[in-house]
Amino acid sequence: MMPTLSEIKKSFLVSLWFMFLTFPIMVIRVNTTEKLVLWRWENMAYMGIGSFLLSFVWRYMLWRKETGKKDSESGTLQLPSFFERILSDRRYIVPATAAGIALVAIFPFVMDTYQTNIMITALMYIVLGLGLNIVVGLAGLLDLGYVAFYAVGAYTYGLLNHHFGLGFWTVLPIGAVMGAFFGILLGFPVLRLRGDYLAIVTLGFGEIIRLILENWNEFSFGPSGIAQIARPSLFGIQLSLSSSIIYLYFVMIGMVLFTIFVVNRLQNSRIGRAWIALREDEVACQAMGIDKTRTKLTAFALGATWAGMVGVIFAAKTTFINPASFTFLESAMILAIVVLGGMGSIVGVSIAALILILLPEYLRAFSEFRMLIFGAIMVIMMVFRPQGIVANVRRSYKFQPDKHS
Amino acid sequence: METILEVNGLTMDFGGLRALDHLNIDIRRGEIVALIGPNGAGKTTFFNCITGIYLPTQGDIIISPPKAEGTHKRERINGLKPNQVTEKGMARTFQNIRLFPNMTVLENVMIGRHCRTRAGVAGAIFRNRAMVREEQSIVDDSFRVLEKIGLARYVNDQARNLPYGAQRLLEIARALATEPFLILLDEPAAGMNPQETHELDELITRIRDDEGISILLIEHDMKLVMSLSNRIFVMDYGKKIAQGTPEEIRNNPVVIKAYLGEEIDA
Amino acid sequence: MEYFFELFLGGLTRGSIYALIALGYTMVYGIIELINFAHGEIYMIGAFTALIVASVLTVMGLNEFAILVLASIAAAVYSAAYGYTVEKIAYKPLRHAPRLSPLISAIGMSIFLQNYVLLAQTSDFLPFPSLIPDFEFWEPYSHLLRSTQLVILVTTTVIMVLLTLLIKYTKIGKAMRATAQDRSMAMLVGVNVNQVISMTFVIGSCLAAVGGVLIASHIGQINFFIGFIAGIKAFTAAVLGGVGSIPGAVLGSLILGLTESFATGYVSSDYEDVFAFALLVLILIFRPAGLLGRSTMQKV
Ligand SMILES: Nc1ncnc2c1ncn2[C@@H]1O[C@H](COP(=O)(O)OP(=O)(O)OP(=O)(O)O)[C@@H](O)[C@H]1O
Ligand SMILES: [Mg+2]
Repeated sequence: MMPTLSEIKKSFLVSLWFMFLTFPIMVIRVNTTEKLVLWRWENMAYMGIGSFLLSFVWRYMLWRKETGKKDSESGTLQLPSFFERILSDRRYIVPATAAGIALVAIFPFVMDTYQTNIMITALMYIVLGLGLNIVVGLAGLLDLGYVAFYAVGAYTYGLLNHHFGLGFWTVLPIGAVMGAFFGILLGFPVLRLRGDYLAIVTLGFGEIIRLILENWNEFSFGPSGIAQIARPSLFGIQLSLSSSIIYLYFVMIGMVLFTIFVVNRLQNSRIGRAWIALREDEVACQAMGIDKTRTKLTAFALGATWAGMVGVIFAAKTTFINPASFTFLESAMILAIVVLGGMGSIVGVSIAALILILLPEYLRAFSEFRMLIFGAIMVIMMVFRPQGIVANVRRSYKFQPDKHS
Repeated sequence: METILEVNGLTMDFGGLRALDHLNIDIRRGEIVALIGPNGAGKTTFFNCITGIYLPTQGDIIISPPKAEGTHKRERINGLKPNQVTEKGMARTFQNIRLFPNMTVLENVMIGRHCRTRAGVAGAIFRNRAMVREEQSIVDDSFRVLEKIGLARYVNDQARNLPYGAQRLLEIARALATEPFLILLDEPAAGMNPQETHELDELITRIRDDEGISILLIEHDMKLVMSLSNRIFVMDYGKKIAQGTPEEIRNNPVVIKAYLGEEIDA
Repeated sequence: MEYFFELFLGGLTRGSIYALIALGYTMVYGIIELINFAHGEIYMIGAFTALIVASVLTVMGLNEFAILVLASIAAAVYSAAYGYTVEKIAYKPLRHAPRLSPLISAIGMSIFLQNYVLLAQTSDFLPFPSLIPDFEFWEPYSHLLRSTQLVILVTTTVIMVLLTLLIKYTKIGKAMRATAQDRSMAMLVGVNVNQVISMTFVIGSCLAAVGGVLIASHIGQINFFIGFIAGIKAFTAAVLGGVGSIPGAVLGSLILGLTESFATGYVSSDYEDVFAFALLVLILIFRPAGLLGRSTMQKV
C-alpha cells in the first residue's frame, strides 16, 4: 500500500482535525489564581505531525486486519504475532527456557533489593492476570471489581496479623478462602445479569468495598490503613530485610508456577471447556446441558481465590496497606494485562504482565505515561488484535483411524 | 407406540403478540415428526418454549422418557431451565447456527457430554484415575459421534472454519452427544445444496433407526419433509391448523390456503 | 421544614445535572447497546474547555455575559468533537465484534482521556470561575435556592423540552428512533445508520458539556477525575429509569439526586458515594429493566 495522494490528503485532514481537537487542552495552560495564560504552540506542532503519521499506521493496520479476516475465512490462518512465531519455533524455545530458568534462579542474588522488589511486583501481576484470566478470558465475565477480592486478601492478612499476630503461611490459605467466599457472596446475585450489566455491577461492588474500608474506621482503620504487617517467616525464623525479600521472590516464583499449573489443567478440563463454551454462546451452552449459574460461579470464585492469595502476599510485601491501593484503576490495570496478553492465554498474560509492569519501571520516560498507555492498549488491542499478543490455541487430539471402526 | 412428548394448550405471549395459541402436539416413540408453517408461524418459539428457553404463558409440557424396562414416568417440565431439559433427554439445534466458534469441532461435541459426566474443579486439578478415565471417555464418545455424523476429518478444526453444511451437521452431533431420547432440529437443511440435503435425509433416518431417537424437525424444504416424516403438524399464526400423514397434509385445502403464495413443491 | 426544602431543592439540582449526563448514556445505549464508559470523560473535557476558554477571555477582558456564552459554546463544540472522535476510533471498528469488546475499548478510552487531561493540564483541582452571576430573587427564601441552582434548573428544563421536540419531530430524531428499534430494518428503509450513531454521540456529548459547565460553576472547582464518579452516577440514574428510555433517564436522575441529597442530609455524608453504588447494584440485581423499561426476552 503506497501512500497515494488521496491517502496523504486523508492523513492531512486527520492531522488538522486533531490539531483542532487538542487545541485548548494541549496548547493552553491557564493559571487561574494569577490570571496567567501559557501558550504551548509547540504541542500543536507535535500533535499535527504525530497524528499525520499515526493515521497512516492506523489505516494500514485496519487494512491488514480486513485482509487478514478474509484470509481466515478462506481457510488460511490468521497472521501469527511476533511472540507466537518465537513460541512456535523449537530452535528458540529450548534455549530460551533454559536461559529463563537460570535467569530466574540467580536474579535476586545478582540484583539489588530494589530490582528484586520490582520483580516481585511483576510476578504478583502475572498471578493476578492469570486469576482474572479465568473470569474474563475463559468464562467471558467482565469483572471490573476484581481488585475488591485483592483487597479482601490484603485486609485479611493485615487484620489477622494486627489483632492476633497470625503469620503469613497461616493466613495465605485463609486469604484464599476469604477471596472465594466473597466471590461467591458477590457472584451469586449478579451472575444472572447480562455481560455489560455484570461489568458495571462488579465495578460498583469494588467501589463499595473500597469506600467501606475507607470510612469504617473501627474496623479497617480508615484511610490511614494498617502498618507494620509482618513479613513472611521461614520455618518460624524472622529474616533480615534483604533476605526476606529474596525469600518472598522465591515464594512468588512458586506461586506463579502453581498458578500456571492449575490454570493449564483447568482450561483443558470438563469445567474449563464449559467456561469457554459459556463465553462463546450462552444460550447454546445452556441448551447443551450446562448449568449457567453454577459454571459462572465456579469461575468467579476461583478468580477471587487467586486475588485473595495475592492480596495476602501484597500485604506481606509492603507491610502497609490502605484503601488507596485498591481503586478501580488497579482493576483496570489487571484487565489491561489480560486484554494485551490474549484472553485465555497463559503465556500471553504472563508476557503482558512483565511488559506492562516492568517497562514503566525501567524506562522512566514511560512511567509518567503509564496509565495513558494502559488505556490506549485496551482500545488498540480491541480494535486490531482482540485475540491478544499470544492467541489461545485449543488443544488438538490424535486418533488412530482404525481404533474406532 | 407410547407417547414421549405431550404438549397441551401451549400458549406464548410477547407483550400483545400471541406467538403460540393453545397448541396441542404429541410425539410417539420412534417417530419422525415435522412441524411446518409459513414464516413467523411460531415454530421456533414452540421449540424455545419446550426447551426451557422461554417460559410459556400457559399450557403443559409433559415428557415420558422411554426406559429400557418399559417403565416410563410422566413428568411436567414447564419452568425447567434449558440445561435441565437437556438433562431430561431433549436436545435441540438452532435455526441460526449457534456453535462455539473458537472451539474445535471435537470440543463442541465434548460440551454435549458435559451433562452426562461429573468431574469438577478438584478433579481437573488433581487428575485422579477416575477423572482421567472419564476425560478419555468424553474424548472417545465425542469422536464416535463425529464419525457417525461424518465429520471425523474435521476433528481438530475450529468450528467457525467449517463449511456451512458441516456446521449444521456439527450442531446435530453436539445434540446427539447429550444422549437424548428426542432431538429437535430447527431447519436443519437450511442453506444446504441438494446433495447435502439428500445426505441429511439419510442421516436423520439412520439416527432414528440405529439409535432409537425420535425426531421433531422444523423444515421449509417440503421434499425433505414429505420423504422423512411419519406425521406432520402444520402451524399458522401460532395455531395448529392441520395434522396428519404426509399424504393427508399434501391434499389438505387448509394447508394449501395457509401457504398461498408459497409453493409446496412435492 | 426549611431544611427539608433546602435538601429537596439541592436534590433537584443534583438530579438535573445527572439527567444531562444520563441522557447521553441512555441515547447511546438505545442505539448501539453500548455502555459508553468514556461519556463521563466527555463531560469532564467540556468542563475543562469551558474553564480554559473562560480564563483566556477573562485575561482578554471580555464582559461576564460574553464569557459565559462563549465558554459554554466552546464546551459544547469540543465535547461534541471529542464524542464524535471517540466513537470513530474506539467503537465504530467494533460494530460487529463480540459484545464485550466495545465495552473494554470504552473503558480504555475513559482511562486514556483522563490521563490525557492529567498530563496536558494538571492533577490539581482548578478553581472554576463563577460564570453564572449571583443575583437576587425570591427574598426572603434565597438561602434555600442559590441563583446558580435556579439557572441549572431552568436550563435543564429548557434543554429537556428541546431534546424531546428534536426526537419527536425532526428527521434526525425519527431516524434515531428507527435505528434504536431495529438497526438492520432502519438500514433497509434508507436510514444512514453511521450518521445517526455519530449524531447520537454529538447530541449526547453536547448535553454532557452543558452539564459540565453548570455543575462546575455551581461547585467552583474541577479536576481530571470528576468524570469518573459523575459518569457512574449518571449511568446509575439511566439504569434506574430504564436504560434506553429518555424519560426514564430524567426520572432516574431526579430520584438519584433526591436520594443522595436526603441521605447525606439526614443520615451521614461519609457514605455519599456508597448510596449511589448500592442503589446501582440493587436495581441491576432486582429490576435490571429499570422503572420505565420493559423487560424483554432475548430473541433466540
Ligand atoms: N423474544 C421475542 N420477543 C418478541 N417477539 C418474538 C420473540 N420471539 C419470537 N417472536 C415473534 O413470534 C413470532 C413467531 O416467531 P418464530 O421465530 O417462532 O417463527 P418461525 O415459525 O420460526 O418462523 P421462521 O420460519 O421464519 O423461522 C414472530 O412474529 C416473532 O417476531
Ligand atoms: Mg424459526
